[in-house]
Amino acid sequence: MEENYKYNKVFEKEYDVIVIGAGHAGCEASLAPARMGLNVLTMTVNLDHVAFMPCNPSIGGPGKGHIVREIDALGGEMARNMDETMLQIRMLNTTKGPAVHGLRGQADKKKYHLRMKQLLEDEPNLDLKQEIAEVLVVEDNKIKGVITKTGILFKAKKVVITTGTFLKGKVIIGEATFNAGPNQQYPANRLSESLNELGFELRRFKTGTPPRINKRSIDFSKMHEQKGEKDLTFSFDSEPYEREQVSCYLTYTNDKTHEIIQDNKMRTPLFSGIIEGVGPRYCPSIEDKVVRFPEKGRHQLFLEPEGEFTAEYYISGLSTSLPEDVQYDLLSTIPGLENAEIMRPGYAIEYDCFDPNDLRLSLETKKIKGLFSAGQINGTSGYEEAAGQGLIAGINAALSLKGKEPLILDRSQAYIGVLIDELVTKGTEEPYRMMTSRAEYRLILRQDNADLRLKEIGYNLGLISEKRYQDFLNKKEDIEKTLDFMRNYQVTPTPENREQLKSLDSGALKKPVKLAKLLKRPEVDYDDLRFFAPDLPEVCQEVKDQVSIQIKYKGYIDRQMSQVEQFKKMEHKLIPQDIEYDSLENIRLEAREKLKKVKPRSLGQASRISGVSPADISVLMIYIEQQERENKDEKK
Amino acid sequence: MNTMKEDTIAAIATPFGTSGTGKVRMSGPEAIKIGEKIFEATSNIKLTEAKSHTAHHGFVVDPKNDKTIDEVLAILMINPRSFTGENVVEFDCHGGMVPLESVLELLLENGARMAEPGEFSRRAFMNGKLDMAQAEAIIDVINSKTEKSLSIAVEQLKGGLSDKVNNIKDKVVTLLAHLEASIDFPEDEIEGFDSSQLNERLEEIKNPLKDLIKTSKQGKLYQEGIKTVIAGKPNVGKSSLLNYLLQENRAIVTDIPGTTRDIIEEYINLEGIPLKIIDTAGVRESDDLVEQIGVEKARTSLEEADLVLMMLDVSQGLTEEDIKVYNLIKKLPTIVVINKTDLDKKVDVKKMQKKFSEHPLLLISVKEEKGLEELKDTILEEILQEKINTDNEVLVTKVRHRDALIKALDSLQKVKKSLDEGMPYDFLTIDLKDVLFNLSSITGETVTEDIIDQIFSDFCLGK
Repeated sequence: MEENYKYNKVFEKEYDVIVIGAGHAGCEASLAPARMGLNVLTMTVNLDHVAFMPCNPSIGGPGKGHIVREIDALGGEMARNMDETMLQIRMLNTTKGPAVHGLRGQADKKKYHLRMKQLLEDEPNLDLKQEIAEVLVVEDNKIKGVITKTGILFKAKKVVITTGTFLKGKVIIGEATFNAGPNQQYPANRLSESLNELGFELRRFKTGTPPRINKRSIDFSKMHEQKGEKDLTFSFDSEPYEREQVSCYLTYTNDKTHEIIQDNKMRTPLFSGIIEGVGPRYCPSIEDKVVRFPEKGRHQLFLEPEGEFTAEYYISGLSTSLPEDVQYDLLSTIPGLENAEIMRPGYAIEYDCFDPNDLRLSLETKKIKGLFSAGQINGTSGYEEAAGQGLIAGINAALSLKGKEPLILDRSQAYIGVLIDELVTKGTEEPYRMMTSRAEYRLILRQDNADLRLKEIGYNLGLISEKRYQDFLNKKEDIEKTLDFMRNYQVTPTPENREQLKSLDSGALKKPVKLAKLLKRPEVDYDDLRFFAPDLPEVCQEVKDQVSIQIKYKGYIDRQMSQVEQFKKMEHKLIPQDIEYDSLENIRLEAREKLKKVKPRSLGQASRISGVSPADISVLMIYIEQQERENKDEKK
Repeated sequence: MNTMKEDTIAAIATPFGTSGTGKVRMSGPEAIKIGEKIFEATSNIKLTEAKSHTAHHGFVVDPKNDKTIDEVLAILMINPRSFTGENVVEFDCHGGMVPLESVLELLLENGARMAEPGEFSRRAFMNGKLDMAQAEAIIDVINSKTEKSLSIAVEQLKGGLSDKVNNIKDKVVTLLAHLEASIDFPEDEIEGFDSSQLNERLEEIKNPLKDLIKTSKQGKLYQEGIKTVIAGKPNVGKSSLLNYLLQENRAIVTDIPGTTRDIIEEYINLEGIPLKIIDTAGVRESDDLVEQIGVEKARTSLEEADLVLMMLDVSQGLTEEDIKVYNLIKKLPTIVVINKTDLDKKVDVKKMQKKFSEHPLLLISVKEEKGLEELKDTILEEILQEKINTDNEVLVTKVRHRDALIKALDSLQKVKKSLDEGMPYDFLTIDLKDVLFNLSSITGETVTEDIIDQIFSDFCLGK
């Protein structure tokens, strides 16, 4: 093997896992296997950018926040890191149902990075190094190691690539373009070539970021303040957030802003043609927004603080690659930003990424055994989506080293499952963002029950400590106990009870009912029940919330659960890995091509591939059964 | 589009035609329970208590309104001793499209799902009832049936149905996109709805959907019966024709609420299609039809008629009275029936055919019972506007469509219920998505990407 590659030295220690990149995906992909007892090397272009947030200084929101809670339940780090370092936290969508409540936190970028870096440094099984990965060493289609720019060959049994937006990164600010990763870092050009040489077809995506403004040049009095909320945390195991919260501020663009943009749009790479990458529809630049929705009189902008020890403020909603001079001009038209001092201009960045069809559900690449890929390099956008993938990739690299089956979460278990299933099965044409509307079992995948769904898995992997697990079991017990109480305790229509119900604006009580039935009424809360049932168990708020949700929405939840049952049946009908789709003459050509490309694991996954029809599934089912019978006959 | 559920499926098992009997087959875990819901045995036995491989005479009755659908023989086979290896119930019904369709629809309403092409055979194979060689044959069947139903579906969808369904679909997608956008992008300024606005939007979807269901031919046929008026001057043989039809085909269903007493409505069952023959009170007594027609009620009957049987006397030629009658009804679907061919012809048939060229023209003799079968066939053709020898797959596709529309309406009602109960947006989307799913199963497109595309094209989102 060593003959085909150029390097100066072979590093003495052979690692179990090498993680290339220490962003959000990389950090999770590093900590998980290390905590599972394996030797990990994490290499990053710049140690000062471990767990760096190149764009929005926030984490969470509907969908994304769900992923963060799931990461926490599985034993990943993002949630706790936020809880320890964040500036503000709020719950969004409180006027809607619990399935779509989403936690959203403002991060202190520096503190977030520092704490995460320290965790990696302190992790006994983990070596953190500043190295630029250039070439992947492969033999017989199996990964063997990584060679860095400085000529060191690091050997490993598994490699996880989490290079984010660094691959052949190109930054564009108006007419100025230069090769760089985010925030003017060193781009990974050679690594891109190495992947090409291995047969991976990379595509070009783009994303953008807004300018950062100096706080002292912002007139907050012209803006609307958005405060944080108390007693919320991302992690199930964190103490309630006690620190003083920092506010965000809301302002708007106007006609004058839009005029400047329209007059100068020809100078942006999108319109001038310099950019080829596909950008995300839901994170459009301000020029995209103004051009596509010219009738809209104003667009929202949120001023978000980037950290306690910095004056930098992020202007959310003003992602742009307009030339820097234009950025100054348009800022001056915005209330509160008339004197804005730009510390960092907004820019667009183009980068190479994988076609996620090339991956298995375990996030291992199909072409090269032992090579995993996670994060923005797979065509997703967002720190949370990256971290979720990183965690799974790291876990699966470890599991495969231990000779175990990979962890594959399905669409009814977690948003992480939805995410990976969508990527691998359907591919993506633009940077993929998680939204709750993508989950067909949204009511089951709530952010409040991520631990009930996943904590046991995390514990069995060795990523959740005994104490955390015990606390969790206690919580579970409390929930069961309380539900039981509710279902059995009878409330009689005494005059006091009826009076109380009246005072709650609730309907009359004519005959005795179980306590659960009372809780089902929208106007009745858990604490209201104590009047009717003094023996109601004393439990913590989380348990009260769980019990309320499970009782109030039982009908809907049950309905989704029966859908889930049907879904799982199909997910468990596995397709043999060595199946020869070419010998299936009776499925249509398009379906056959797609099946060959995606190599679905189950009939369920196969049915989600676009171009595969129910008739094709029928035929596939019969074919598999035929093969099975043939095999049985042969054995006899 | 989950075809893999181990649920209970149903389909018309016999090739289509106007033969004496036809078979509707049901297979799956719930087959016997569902069968019991809709079957009343003459011996009063319950299907769930009957022994396997027994046949029972009785009636298929709609549990919703106790309306008798057909007289049948019900046969049950308890798993695993059946063709598919599952519980199987078969109904041997009267042949002809309508009774078979009605029984199938009733099964679908009561918990069965429409079988996919080749699905019975596939289940038989998966349960070890067929061997490998037969497996190939099944695959061929699946393919050919699928191809066929695809091409028929395409034919059927050209024009009318597909446009209407897409119109409704678009409204649902727009509403869903709006709700989802406000859920997934709560901080972007998206105008919300209050409950009266939402109710309005739901009505805008419900009304065309209901209309579509009503106009699906089956709906009309089964609910009201085809209003048929026998028109013609006195003594031309109207009453004898009526009596003949009643004798041979008097319908089992006779009581329809809401009928006025001035008009006698006789129901006959033609191949399972109820014909409501409207016989204004005086027609049988009075001889002066023109006078009758002058009467308001008669006029109204004519205006509402779905079909007119315009009778002429072959021995009298075309008189002025005939013309008067004809002028009143010529715009309606009409069959011109020339009676009394047992007598000498005074009518020039070719001239008649020319005069009444827009309508089918038949020569009959009620007295000698000649030409009456052709008359019945022609009536059916006029009503259904297609040849009776229709392929089974066409029939199946129509039933499938209607089933999907009804399920869509059902889900829409659930959305309204959730709204009335004050449930937040994300609960409304659950059933709205089902509405969309059912509509999409008619036109055959995927659903989730539609919504997401709409979200981004309608709303300026994202930071």
